[in-house]
Order: sequence, then C-alpha cells, then structure tokens
Amino acid sequence: MAKILGGITTSHIPAVGNAIQNELYDDPYWKPFFDGYPKVHEWVKNNKPDYVINIYNDHGLGFFLDQMPTFAIGAAHEYRNEDEGWGLPELPPFPGAPELSWHIIESMVADEFDITSCQELPVDHGFVVPMQLFWPGAPNNPDMPRAVPVSANTVQHPIPTLKRALDFGKALGRAIESFPEEAKVVVLGTGGLSHQLEGKRAGFINREFDEYCLNNIAHNPEELTKISRMELVEKAGAQGTEFLMWMMMRGALGDNVTELTRNYHIPISNTGAGTLLLECA
Amino acid sequence: MHDMPGHDYHIDIPGTTIFDGRQAMKGYALNKMCYSFNKAVNRDAFKEDPEAYMEKFGLNDAQKDAIRSTNILAMIEEGGNIYYLAKLAGIFKLSVQDVGGMQTGMTTEEFKEYLLSQA
Repeated sequence: MAKILGGITTSHIPAVGNAIQNELYDDPYWKPFFDGYPKVHEWVKNNKPDYVINIYNDHGLGFFLDQMPTFAIGAAHEYRNEDEGWGLPELPPFPGAPELSWHIIESMVADEFDITSCQELPVDHGFVVPMQLFWPGAPNNPDMPRAVPVSANTVQHPIPTLKRALDFGKALGRAIESFPEEAKVVVLGTGGLSHQLEGKRAGFINREFDEYCLNNIAHNPEELTKISRMELVEKAGAQGTEFLMWMMMRGALGDNVTELTRNYHIPISNTGAGTLLLECA
Repeated sequence: MHDMPGHDYHIDIPGTTIFDGRQAMKGYALNKMCYSFNKAVNRDAFKEDPEAYMEKFGLNDAQKDAIRSTNILAMIEEGGNIYYLAKLAGIFKLSVQDVGGMQTGMTTEEFKEYLLSQA
C-alpha cells in the first residue's frame, strides 16, 4: 500500500516564479523567503517521494466561470502550464499518474466526496511554483515525482468551508493509503497566507491571523474549522481564502505529525508568505 | 451547521467585494473576455482594436468605460473578478503593486511601503 510521508505547504505567488527564473535567492528582498526552503530540499532528497498530490487553486487558466468545479482532480498523463497572459515561460510537461488519479477519484466518490475529473487540465502558477520551489529545475529534476493535481474553487463564492476542506483531506488520505502499490507520497497544500488583491482594501496582510493558523494547523486543525468563510475573507483577505488548500493537505496527513520546518515572511508581492513541512508519524 | 445562513447573506467587509453568483452573473462578459487573454493571439487582437474586441464579447457600456479609463475599482464594481482582470493588467503591463496602488489612491511606491509596514 502507498504511504503518505508528509505534507509541505507554501505560498505560490507568480512573482516567485520570476525570482526563481532570475535566481534571486540572495537578493535582499527575496532571501528571507528562499531561506525557508533548504530544509525542505533536504527532506525531499532524503525521502524521494514517488508521487506528489498537488493541492492548489486554479486562478483562471484551467477553469472559467462557465463551469466551475468546487473540487477537481486531474487524471491526465501529463500537465502543461501556459503563459497565463503574462508571458510566463512554458515548461516541459509535468508527468501525471492517471492510475493513482482514478484510484483517488473512485475512493473519494465512494466516500461521498463528489469529484470533477479532468483528463485535460492546464496548470497555472498555483501548481507550478510550488513544484519549482521543492524540486529545483522542475519538471527537469531527476527526483521529480509523478503528479496528481487537486484544485479547489476559491475564485467564486460559495467556496468550501474549512471543515469541508479538512474532511476532504481526510478522505484523500484514506484514498492514497488504499492505493495498492508500494509507493511514497507527499501532499502539497499551496496558496495563502493572508493577502487581498482587489478593492479599496487591496494590500491587506494579517500577521496575527496567519500566525494563529500556523500555530494550530499541525496539532489542532479542528480548531481552525470554527472559522467561518466570511471570517476567513475578513481576517485573511479575499485571496487568503487559499488557506483552504492547507486545510485539505492537513486532513490527508492523519492525527500525528511532526513540524520539521516553518518560515513566514511579509511581504512577498502582496502576500504574507508561509512555508511549512509536516512529517507523518 | 451553516456558516452563511440564507444564500444571500454576506457580512459587510469594508473595501471588499464578495465575488458571488450575483457578481459572477454581472461580470460574465467582462471576465470571459479577460479569460481569453490567456492566449497571446487574443491579447494581440485586443491591443489592435480594443473597442471591437470588447464589442465581440458583449461588454456593457459601464464595463467598456471602466476598461477605457483603466479604472480597476469600476471593473470590480461591474462584476470583474481580480484573477481574470489580472490578465488584462498584464496587457497594460501593470504589476499587482501598480494595481494595488490604483485601487487605494497610492502611488506604486507608497503601496509597496504599505505592504512593508505590515511586516
């Protein structure tokens, strides 16, 4: 059976992709952000997961408002990014894992989580930037695991509740661990933390709330399910709702996790940027 | 347990527009046009003749005016969703800090200072 090794969270800001492309690791603006990753690199290198479940939110590349799935899972042989309207570099495809994808979809639906399955899914910076952060040179990294993208809607309300996100993760964890292959799996939760791009409140960042989330997600995630969706918008900012991805990841890891590293820095672009590595018992 | 009693219920968060079904319907044409900008060929078509391109997607006058005047707050008011509008901002070569400043009455530099002040 497959085993979940742990989970890694990170913000997935497009500007990070540019900083990686330009190798700004020691630039004074970027250093406090990139300093959060060497321990993650070491862990990834030592553990060499075979599969990566990449939980992210699409930002208007893979899905439009004509058909907006609340939870979608990719089931493709490979995943390509696009320039997203900004001229981002188009990378070689990320290898998929359709057998694992369909196993997860079957298991989740049997577990009463109704999934939109995607045999084609262009992936945006929410998926790509974390891959580049954790597997330098991705997808051209010899340790690059095969990927299953999971996207949750945070574009259009109603978005899922925090409880639903955590429960989704629990069902996802059961699905992964019933996959009949001796395989190592890592789960990513990408996005957040607090930020707001639009309106007169643009630029809002909330260190206190982000730290509350960081302090509770490892050992007390149920506490965070008490946060209502509108409270999440109010305290994390309109785009800080991406924290749902972290909750989904957390649910998949089971009860006992060890926090191996944490980083938090304000600001990266308009965002309170957070990174967390949790290892399963 | 329902955390948003009644499907129409939202709390009022100053300076924040909840992009819900109502806004999604209002802004559909505008957002659909912006979604098309994922493709370079469509960005080129817009740059060549913005009026014809907006007409093709059926934008209403308020949406067209918001784009003509690069008024981000008006685009939001007319149902624009920031993730799709970001692709329009790309055509105008505006960074998210430029867009932040434009919405808050700050220069880009002032907006960056504001971000730093929350560290």
